[in-house]
Amino acid sequence: MGLSGAFAIWAGALGLVAMALAITRPNVVHALIWVVAGLISLAAGFFALGAGFAGAVQILIYAGAIIAVFIFVVMTIDSGDAALARERVRLGKGWKLPLVLVLAVLAPVALSLPGGGLDGAPVAVPAQRLGALLFGPWAVAVEVASAMLIAALLGARHLARREGGQ
Amino acid sequence: MMTALAVVVILILSAMLLGGLMAAAGVFTWAERRLLGFMQERLGPNRVGPFGFAQWIADTVKLITKEDAPPEGADRPAYFLAPVLAALPILAGFGVVMFAPGWAIAELDMGVMFVMGMLALTVYALVLGAWASRNRYATLGGLRAAAQLLAYESFLGLSLMGVVMLTGSFALGDIVAAQEDRWFVLVQPLGCVLFLIAGVAAAHRLPFDLQESEQDLVAGFMTEYSGMNFALFFLGEYLAVLLVAALATTLFFGGWHGPVLPGAVWFGIKVGIIAFVFVWLRATLPRPRYDQLIGFAWKVALPLALLNLLATGWIVVGGA
Repeated sequence: MGLSGAFAIWAGALGLVAMALAITRPNVVHALIWVVAGLISLAAGFFALGAGFAGAVQILIYAGAIIAVFIFVVMTIDSGDAALARERVRLGKGWKLPLVLVLAVLAPVALSLPGGGLDGAPVAVPAQRLGALLFGPWAVAVEVASAMLIAALLGARHLARREGGQ
Repeated sequence: MMTALAVVVILILSAMLLGGLMAAAGVFTWAERRLLGFMQERLGPNRVGPFGFAQWIADTVKLITKEDAPPEGADRPAYFLAPVLAALPILAGFGVVMFAPGWAIAELDMGVMFVMGMLALTVYALVLGAWASRNRYATLGGLRAAAQLLAYESFLGLSLMGVVMLTGSFALGDIVAAQEDRWFVLVQPLGCVLFLIAGVAAAHRLPFDLQESEQDLVAGFMTEYSGMNFALFFLGEYLAVLLVAALATTLFFGGWHGPVLPGAVWFGIKVGIIAFVFVWLRATLPRPRYDQLIGFAWKVALPLALLNLLATGWIVVGGA
């Protein structure tokens, strides 16, 4: 395994730790900070493996925009001591068995994945090749996704309208 | 062995770049205060050292030694994380900027996307700082910051995609190399103007600094900050101006291309001129109302950026 492969594994391990912390933090803003840390670790892993475009999109769209909107919403809702106490109670019980079940399903899947890509130097994937895939064999899926976004946009417009036709 | 040596060399170069950038941001604060003084018919800082040049060093020492006083109800982890997030992503963004042929810490294929991502991450500094301070002015500033940065980053990316389409590459080195005969500002004037407008907003500078807005929000998201944490927010802001200027130089003004002088000197001159324009804007323009600010981003700038992209697409496909 080369230096970049080792770095990708290191970034992935950091990402796992960050995401585990995101799930177990009672304070919702702290949890979101750990989500951002996990996403950035994932992006670092992508960069190390030569998938620069995926890494940059990971930071720009997920960490930079989507989670920022989450925090924007969370800032405006209650996160006082009462909410913290409630979350602590919820986190204290009932999640250990589901976790074991999920791990029991996911571990064989993860182990069955091919371990390629970590040997030798990373192969850079140019954005053109990704674009050709998205607008070639996957064009219908891309268009369906964009139709969903338009539906979301219209929904947001509807929710934000004021009485009296403003 | 070679890789270990390469890592050490990159670490040393990074440390040099870090030091240089910190000093550049410091000098920029002094230059801005002198220029603002000149534009407002007063003197500005002129006592410490020749022409007041050492003022920024004195200010840095003052800020480092000043006591930091987090408010009692503050969320301490987020409170101390926020200023770091103001400066760190911007410094990382400089890692891919190419100052002259081959003069970059990392020559990423996705250079443009990487810098954009780093600029996008600075929103957390403002939002977390505001939330952690438990202060109403700060919260209002944080809400303004989140909405503004999302609105302006949407067309920040689109405005420079014309350049990427003309070059066929996201690498900053390729984009500069493609401008040897003709700067992209001549073929993408609308993209350049939109990029600079979005850049002012991304660096949250006047007239787009409603999240700080001293007249109505005290100091907005950084109301409760003092000492070195306050300085880190400022460092982040001034570095962001320099990063946007460096990006504009690379994308639209030919990067290191220029006659006689070495490439890095030309790069520095162009960055300096664009940074001067930022100061000039601050001295000249009043703040818009908040609804005007957001309305302009979504209703004027974003459609214009999309039209620019469409027109560029026609030209690129039609010309090919």
